[in-house]
Amino acid sequence: MSITSLFLYVFFGTAICFLYFHLSNLALDFASKKNTIKFSQKSVLRPYIFIAPAVIILVIFILYPVVETLRLSFFNKTGFEFVGIKNYVWAANDPEFKRAILNNLGWLLVVPTLSAFFGLVIAYLADKLWWGTIAKSIIFMPMAISFVGAGVIWKFVYDYRGPGDDQIGFLNAIVVSLGFEPQAWMTIPVWNNLFLMAIMVWIQTGLAMVIFSAALRGIPKEMLEAARIDGASEFKIFTKIIIPYLEKTILVIWTIITILVLKIFDIILAMTNGQWNTEVLANLMYDWMFRGGGDSGRGSLMAIVIMIGVIPIMIWNIRRHKEDEKS
Amino acid sequence: MNKNILTKIMINLLLLLFVVTWVLPTFGLFVSSFRDKDLLATSGWWTTFNTNEVNEIYRTKTFEDQIEENGTFFIKGNLLDKNSGKKIISYGITSKEMNKYKINQKAILKNKSEIEISENGKYIWKSEKPFKHERGKRIFITALSPPKFTLDNYKEVLFKEGIGQAFLNTLTVAIPSTIIPLIICSFFAYALSWMKFWGRDTLFALIVASLVVPLQMCLIPLLSIYNDVGAFFNIGAKSYPGVWMAHTGFGLASTTFLLRNFIKSLPSEMIEAARVDGATHYDIFLRIIIPLSVPAFASVFILQFLWVWNDLLVGLIFLDQVPSEIILTAKLRELLGSRGENWEILTTGAFVSMTVPLFIFFALQRYFIRGLVAGSVKG
Repeated sequence: MSITSLFLYVFFGTAICFLYFHLSNLALDFASKKNTIKFSQKSVLRPYIFIAPAVIILVIFILYPVVETLRLSFFNKTGFEFVGIKNYVWAANDPEFKRAILNNLGWLLVVPTLSAFFGLVIAYLADKLWWGTIAKSIIFMPMAISFVGAGVIWKFVYDYRGPGDDQIGFLNAIVVSLGFEPQAWMTIPVWNNLFLMAIMVWIQTGLAMVIFSAALRGIPKEMLEAARIDGASEFKIFTKIIIPYLEKTILVIWTIITILVLKIFDIILAMTNGQWNTEVLANLMYDWMFRGGGDSGRGSLMAIVIMIGVIPIMIWNIRRHKEDEKS
Repeated sequence: MNKNILTKIMINLLLLLFVVTWVLPTFGLFVSSFRDKDLLATSGWWTTFNTNEVNEIYRTKTFEDQIEENGTFFIKGNLLDKNSGKKIISYGITSKEMNKYKINQKAILKNKSEIEISENGKYIWKSEKPFKHERGKRIFITALSPPKFTLDNYKEVLFKEGIGQAFLNTLTVAIPSTIIPLIICSFFAYALSWMKFWGRDTLFALIVASLVVPLQMCLIPLLSIYNDVGAFFNIGAKSYPGVWMAHTGFGLASTTFLLRNFIKSLPSEMIEAARVDGATHYDIFLRIIIPLSVPAFASVFILQFLWVWNDLLVGLIFLDQVPSEIILTAKLRELLGSRGENWEILTTGAFVSMTVPLFIFFALQRYFIRGLVAGSVKG
């Protein structure tokens, strides 16, 4: 890919898209001016010109695949032979799959909780200090970089050298300076999962922080003033007034991070590729998409399992928006 | 009053602790990418700013460079590079006794010749008899090396490791994958907000539902569609237009949702007045909605662009992993496997991949945050 072809690609890609809207709308106006179609037909037709590309893409890229994945999960590896719940029975007895489920549950427990907690504490502290904006900016920065980039950053932090050598990983350098043996962190089962989760917490805390920060500004000042006059301590104000007030925001943040964590893939693939008991569903699915020539049945099944985790949040979201539309 | 000050100090310290913990990993990577690759492999990045003690081996010049003065033979030269900034502390002439001689102390060789080395690397080798050696004499030095920064890693990574190419590939993926959904979804969002048509509410509910559908649900059927289409036209199944469409599909729900929330919040009187004046929806969209929606477009653009730039999964599945198509994240992941111990390549490569997101982040942070907050807390 050279720079000239990059420009050509970008230009044609967007031009085609823009031309569709422009030409089809002009054609409609032209047709109505020439009275080939009636004025009333024109206003009936126009919405479909507006929505057609999006709806077609929605159907091809989201709706059809979702249904098809559900179907494939009941079919064999090539997708041609119906096998009933055989894939599901296989999964229930597969140690690798069970490990992935357990790990995903661990991720679901740790990452949203810690990210939300740190995010709230930082947002609260930063609001009180003059350099709070700078602090928030720094904490938020990991949100901008890729999971793979974050993986490299943390792999460097976790780097391991033999006990005799100088450690170049920051974590082991600290451990050694405190007088302990250096550890190959990524290879210690159970703990390595926590070290991987730390990366995600490091990234998502920024997200939680900015959302909390916006919500904190909505708390009525008078309420806090009143509590202070009554002699409540900062800690009490935080736990008794602020946290209850932010209940809905906490729930929103928790759902966003939960959805992200259910799909966690890049970090695992880059750091361990599921070795040393760090397998997760999304990585296992990617693996099965290509393992042994690809197994669409088992791959689809794993996608379905991830989807099942998302469904309660999806229903809650739709309800919430229906209420919003009414009010 | 005292208690207040104490609380204030505690708050400052606690926040400082968070900030330091959050920034150190990235800072370490950043500093390391400018370090000499040999130092990088043997010492922690936090020692970058220290003066290090290094052991090195050099050779003197050969007999051809000797000068005769009053019956004495000399070889003069400098062991060190002019700009190295190193200072020699001690030296030796055999590998067993590398630190035998201090600076300005003469080393006497078996053949009675004398070598004298000064701190800046200058040496004088003096002998009564003419020199005959054809290879230079080995000299072992211990020197203090000042902090040294280099761009060599960047040169290597960009031009030899294929990161430069991957950078262009990622741009080729990311720009259309951001602009196309922006155009398509802004029309869609407008229609969902201000036009009447059959199935509008269902369509919006569908968008809200699609917001959370995991990408994984779509991969297997889509891959087989791509393979079929590729086979039908007898072309490769994986291509740039294919990956743009995939990103458009996966970004469609969130882009539409954010834009729709914004466009719906515009005052309805304005749009109705324009309708009464006989403007078509297309006119309204071009003349009124687009100019007013620039901040919303900026937010959505940044979110989608960063999402695509940082994506790994879609790039792995819908592009071939060949030099002309591989994207940065996939390239980095490949390097993590194949060059896992070459930290100069990994740190530099990772930093190159982060330049664009970090630039966008610092330049347009306001829009980025606005988009994120609007997408999560109802807009």
